Amino acid sequence: MSTMTREETEALIQEVLEVYPEKVRKDREKHLTVIDQDVAESKKCITSNRKSLPGVMTVRGCAYAGSKGVVWGPIKDMVHISHGPVGCGQYSRAGRRNYYVGATGINTFGTMNFTSDFQEKDIVFGGDKKLAKIMTEIEQLFPLNKGITVQSECPIGLIGDDIEAVAKKTIAEIKKPVVPVRCEGFRGVSQSLGHHIANDSIRDWVLDARDKTSFNGTPYDVTVIGDYNVGGDAWASRTLLEEMGLRVIAQWSGDGTLAEIENTPKAKLNLIHCYRSMNYISRHMEEKYNIPWMEYNFFGPTKIAESLRKIAAFFDDNIKANAERVIEKYTAEYEAVIAKYRPRLEGKRVMLYVGGLRPRHIIGAYEDLGMEVVGTGYEFAHNDDYDRTIAEMGNTTLIYDDITGYEFEEFVKKVKPDLIGSGIKEKYIFQKMGIPFRQMHSWDYSGPYHGYDGFAIFARDMDMTLNNPCWKKIRAPWLDGPSATAGAAA
Amino acid sequence: MPLRQCAIYGKGGIGKSTTTQNLVAGLAELGKKVMIVGCDPKADSTRLILHSKAQNTIMEMAAEAGTVEDLELEDVLKLGYGNIKCVESGGPEPGVGCAGRGVITAINFLEEEGAYEEDLDFVFYDVLGDVVCGGFAMPIRENKAQEIYIVVSGEMMAMYAANNISKGIVKYASSGSVRLAGLICNSRNTAREDELIMELARQLGTHMIHFVPRDNVVQRAEIRRMTVIEYDPASKQAQEYRDLAQKIIDNKKMVIPTPITMDALEDLLMNFGLLDEEDESIIGKAAVVEATA
Repeated sequence: MSTMTREETEALIQEVLEVYPEKVRKDREKHLTVIDQDVAESKKCITSNRKSLPGVMTVRGCAYAGSKGVVWGPIKDMVHISHGPVGCGQYSRAGRRNYYVGATGINTFGTMNFTSDFQEKDIVFGGDKKLAKIMTEIEQLFPLNKGITVQSECPIGLIGDDIEAVAKKTIAEIKKPVVPVRCEGFRGVSQSLGHHIANDSIRDWVLDARDKTSFNGTPYDVTVIGDYNVGGDAWASRTLLEEMGLRVIAQWSGDGTLAEIENTPKAKLNLIHCYRSMNYISRHMEEKYNIPWMEYNFFGPTKIAESLRKIAAFFDDNIKANAERVIEKYTAEYEAVIAKYRPRLEGKRVMLYVGGLRPRHIIGAYEDLGMEVVGTGYEFAHNDDYDRTIAEMGNTTLIYDDITGYEFEEFVKKVKPDLIGSGIKEKYIFQKMGIPFRQMHSWDYSGPYHGYDGFAIFARDMDMTLNNPCWKKIRAPWLDGPSATAGAAA
Repeated sequence: MPLRQCAIYGKGGIGKSTTTQNLVAGLAELGKKVMIVGCDPKADSTRLILHSKAQNTIMEMAAEAGTVEDLELEDVLKLGYGNIKCVESGGPEPGVGCAGRGVITAINFLEEEGAYEEDLDFVFYDVLGDVVCGGFAMPIRENKAQEIYIVVSGEMMAMYAANNISKGIVKYASSGSVRLAGLICNSRNTAREDELIMELARQLGTHMIHFVPRDNVVQRAEIRRMTVIEYDPASKQAQEYRDLAQKIIDNKKMVIPTPITMDALEDLLMNFGLLDEEDESIIGKAAVVEATA
């Protein structure tokens, strides 16, 4: 099926909206649109970051997920306490595949679950004493921890536990940073507010810790911000920056440490991959420390080369020359990848639905393989993300914000993409519909996808999913008549 | 006789706990089997029956034992004057935790442990003055108290609170069988207090079930951690509580209240001289402005 025209896509949106009651239709209409590149500001065509409607099966997460799961969780040498009942921490434990180096349980704690395991009595009498005791015990059992964060679950906000007071008391006791984070799940409309709250807690409790201490800096000190090292992404990115002569002094927060966070204000340039989750702290450092920040994109060779040149432009000619050398060095490698996979993927159409960055950032990688993204959308983006998306997309691309289960299924039935890239909650529905699917949050337990190294894996994964022979076996043989059944049996 | 479950509400400090314990003592004297469930973290709903400072509460003991599941009914249920069964839900000190959840947990515990299945005529819930959250509405939710008595006096804020509580009852009455059973006037010796409360009761669609006069014997008994009925059974005040107890036994007037508007309440207070006619010209004017005017 060829690409749909603007009229066809608009008609599709109207058709899908038709089944809703009027009030829901009015709301959902604002979250669905067709890209028109003449519209420079997305707020004229789409509404985002609004409360989901009851009953629509949103796949959004909560503020706790945004803080503990995304921003704070990967900081490996701190212990992150899920403060509240046991489930929030246990059911999200190690789920995001934030790879790290270290001895878990000794000097790193990334895949462990620490929880205050609230019981009735903690709700009624408050959890502050228990929290203080947990932190004392953590300090005894895991003396190599560099600090503790308190990630609030819903009940903490309901009963008004004074976690700030406990934090201050414990800081005095263990002489290490203790960060209370008010990321109760009921706050905000999605995980997005959790990112913001977590950024603010870093600003208020951590970032200025080394303002007065000396740092052996270089003119080439940069940071990688908003890379969570899913499947090793940050490592595949970091090598490229180092090869072009830059020094990466901090990773936020995949495979990151507290010391790196504290040293970040010494950087010359903050490089942001996931704008949605960490633009807040980057803006803060720009205001307070005068550190410029720059968005970059390490998905696929086109965007990588573009980004490397853009980054190099901040520095001297030597770095600029290095950037060219790095691109050249990997050219043969990525050309071979394209030569191998492009013929197998050329012209295939993709629909994406991911979190707050990838729905636009991955498009280049697909295009490098000759594929076309015909629909994309975000769980929890804001309008500045959609502004950035319009520029990346074709003029008639379907856009969906906080898509409902029903809408996604209907769009897929009509658009008939060759591949869907989304999350675990969507995966099995679409696979059962016979459509190749890749998880684009966790890389389907593969990765990295960032950098040149990641592109090779990305291309292989897309190919082995899309061209997997199993898709030809989806249709029951008896549906093709007796001769087909006989043929299969023979 | 089937079990009757009653909840006592009213403005803080109005005398709910004192009235409840005295009237329950009256019921016990009349041979009724009664249980008091204190639903207030201060845990002072049973001290006159038990002669104790404060009973060990369900939540306190649950916290000590680890979880509420580790408790037995006999750990928390105490027998006092007239074999009245006493429990206190308990809860946190002011400023921490969630007292409302404490009430919910405690009442669920009593149900699960079969505290209501025993041979009982009456259960009385003595609830914290202000129904600040869902927890303190627990006693009037489904299958709990079906009769609400509001303790009130002829003071503006007490009547205001009574009207607000009636609004809460309407909310739960529409989905369940909870009804307003009457106002108990705990006198503060204000002018025409009985008439005023009777009029308020009429407007709320209920009745003033009893007018409890003010008498210092109540305080003398309290100092001894006793009810008047036990301390001085021959006193006139003891007879008042007996009368109240008998009226509650005989009470058949259960209504869905008709709460009144703020204007209607103010009119009522003005008619009885408790509130002056509103002077619009003085609203929002500081003393200094008025002096120069």
